[in-house]
Amino acid sequence: MSRIIGIDLGTTNSLVAYVDQATGLPRVIPDAEGRPLLPSVVAFTPDGIVVGDAARRQLARRPADTVYSVKRLMGRGFDDVKDEARYLPFRILPGEGLVKLAVGGREVTPPEVSAAILKALKERAERHFGEPLDKAVVTVPAYFNDAQRQATKDAGRIAGLDVVRIVNEPTAASLAYGLHRLSEGVIAVYDLGGGTFDVSILRVKDGVFEVLATNGDTHLGGDDLDRVLALWLLEDIAVRHHAELDRDCVDLARDPEAMQELRLAAEAAKIRLSSEERTTLTIPFAGFTYRREITRGELERLIEPLVARTLGPARRALADAGLTAADIDQVVLVGGSTRVPLVRRRVQELFGKAPHSQLNPDEVVALGAAVQAHILAGGITDMLLLDVTPLSLGIESLGGIVNVLIPRNTTIPTSAREMFTTSVDGQTLVDLHVVQGERELAKDCRSLGRFELRIDPMPAGMPKIEVTFLIDANGILQVQAKEQRRGKAASIEVKPTYGLAEADVARMIEESFTYAEADVETRMLIEARNEADTVLVHAGRALTQGAHLVASDERAAIEAAVASLRAAREGSDRDRIHEATTAVNRATEHLAEVLMDAALKGALGSRRATEILGEP
Amino acid sequence: MFSGEATLRKNFFEVFGLPRKLAVDSAELQRQFYALAREHHPDFHQAAPPEERARVEETSALVNAAYRTLRDPVARVDYLVRLEEGRETREGDTARPTAPPALLQEMFEIQEALAEAKTGALDDATRATLGEQRAALSARLAEEEARLTGPLSARWDGASPADRPAVLGAFKEALATRAYLRTVIDDLSQALGEETEGRHGSAGATRMNGGTGGHVGASRQ
Repeated sequence: MSRIIGIDLGTTNSLVAYVDQATGLPRVIPDAEGRPLLPSVVAFTPDGIVVGDAARRQLARRPADTVYSVKRLMGRGFDDVKDEARYLPFRILPGEGLVKLAVGGREVTPPEVSAAILKALKERAERHFGEPLDKAVVTVPAYFNDAQRQATKDAGRIAGLDVVRIVNEPTAASLAYGLHRLSEGVIAVYDLGGGTFDVSILRVKDGVFEVLATNGDTHLGGDDLDRVLALWLLEDIAVRHHAELDRDCVDLARDPEAMQELRLAAEAAKIRLSSEERTTLTIPFAGFTYRREITRGELERLIEPLVARTLGPARRALADAGLTAADIDQVVLVGGSTRVPLVRRRVQELFGKAPHSQLNPDEVVALGAAVQAHILAGGITDMLLLDVTPLSLGIESLGGIVNVLIPRNTTIPTSAREMFTTSVDGQTLVDLHVVQGERELAKDCRSLGRFELRIDPMPAGMPKIEVTFLIDANGILQVQAKEQRRGKAASIEVKPTYGLAEADVARMIEESFTYAEADVETRMLIEARNEADTVLVHAGRALTQGAHLVASDERAAIEAAVASLRAAREGSDRDRIHEATTAVNRATEHLAEVLMDAALKGALGSRRATEILGEP
Repeated sequence: MFSGEATLRKNFFEVFGLPRKLAVDSAELQRQFYALAREHHPDFHQAAPPEERARVEETSALVNAAYRTLRDPVARVDYLVRLEEGRETREGDTARPTAPPALLQEMFEIQEALAEAKTGALDDATRATLGEQRAALSARLAEEEARLTGPLSARWDGASPADRPAVLGAFKEALATRAYLRTVIDDLSQALGEETEGRHGSAGATRMNGGTGGHVGASRQ
């Protein structure tokens, strides 16, 4: 069997891993610079698509065309995301069915954006192995529904990858721990990632990883922690800097670039507060620099309600497993957000024991995906994963009530069979509305799709149609139907509510070649332009705040350097842009020193010159 | 689509090589389940041709369903009843379970209180009454389940072929009572404004698979 790679397609970062044949241990494949994480950010530029660090660096520069956290949009409709879309700087188009984004002058769907990330990881792995690869195991949050799983599979196909298995993230993490023989017995995996939360309870015994129950929230993660902090900072800025804001007629909330700066600064401060008790935030805006200290206690008061929201699903998972906290032998932490001390404290209180995280919480899911890939390739035969379906699957029956066929936490693969008949003479069409969720009424559950069965006309009540729902090992539904009286397979037409039709996927595969990721040359050009933009912003700020402190000829020299960089930036000569960027840096060196002096003398209040000019 | 593979034609008891009896050694059942799961799980048949992979998936689904049903004493009884009556494939209706005659009298009061609770806000006294009623019904449900999985199940295992129809009748009565009690308990919880997510139950320990969960209605033109 050919090589299969393991991919963690995360909200914030993505990784690719494989199992090293020599050691039998999973390893993450780093990029050329040795970085294991690929930021899940995709920028749509006139020169092509840019993925990862380069895209992340231009988040604040080109907010409308740079997509981040696309995982939160996978398999969803406009109505599901319109509340959160208010905070996203890129445009989400209203409409029926699957969400569409308007970026880089065209319409794209979340699976296409995810495909760009998958493609970058695929190429990274191909460079590592020096051979083409076309098979992958991709992880998803355990609480992902059918549409979200299907969207992930579609993303793989658009990227030229056959997704041979979708694995749940907490389960993958437990495989990585299991391989290291770090856990046996009953394990709780608490997985708080960038955008999603999962909790899974497993029994690990004799190499069998049996998931007993899972629960979660596919709209809760580090992104939300960043957002509450950013919104709180926004209010603080409005209070402290109302003079500048009024003077410049600025509404930061309506300025996507400023909001993106704020979000990134909030994220960085949150991360620092995991290891420090207090930290200072400095955010340079156009007319002023915002600076304040924030303590871990203040952050904790802000995020407490969000952290508390994880406890309900954790309790429900325990109850569904028929266990209490005392039955849990080990608690494993997964996902970058579990580095937050408050999260660790709350988890410890809930389960009554200290959680552990020997394996890097950012990498453990990818490592587990690699282990599962190795199992599928036949490399490991003594480990078996028995996962469950997270949500009940049912059919809408008369009165809009859900008739559950497969209850949540059923071990997969699983099937359910039901008999259907007709109520009208000569009826040739039977319509089944399939929904997923725990609510009693179909309208409150997730609509997965409609299945239309065509049968031969018969008197009412005569047909006996046996419908089989099969949830495969990926947690994805397949439907089969058979009319028993005539013994004919009924033909089924599937109309996914939030999915891509077969023809859409084929078109997107075509388009992925047309709008390929920018080549290395172009990428470096884009990088050079990004750097130029950053330097231009800093130089502009320095001039605004310190022009009166230097002689007029020096000011003129800076303005000239800035003008020539602007001109160079518009062209596509990378070397020229680099030279012009260096020239601006040189021209502003003295001004930087002057501003630094002024800052030391208090002429600029407490702001340091580097805050205005940016770190060198 | 459904191949003639021997395993696929087996009923849940046969999958585990068990007689149609209700006494099951759960440790042994789990050991066997792990062995069968290893044999049939799609993970270990990735290199097989597509038709064989599809068959493996179905076999694996059958093994999982059989284990889920047999490890739960109530689901075991429910399945046995359907198996004995030759209706393994669920079909029924979506009607709510109706009160068994024996319960009619005492249910009248509860239904009254529930109807009242639906029309207006609950005062503390009504709330307390509903809570008490729910506690009483929950105790009764536990009793009914204990009877079903204890003495009644033992009676089946010892019954002669001639006695079996009577035991089956008793099972059906007990299952109907149980279904009804669960519905009313859910209604009470809902009236009390408590979380009813999970009304369907989980596949976990006490979930009764299928049984009274109705069906169909998909006969629209």
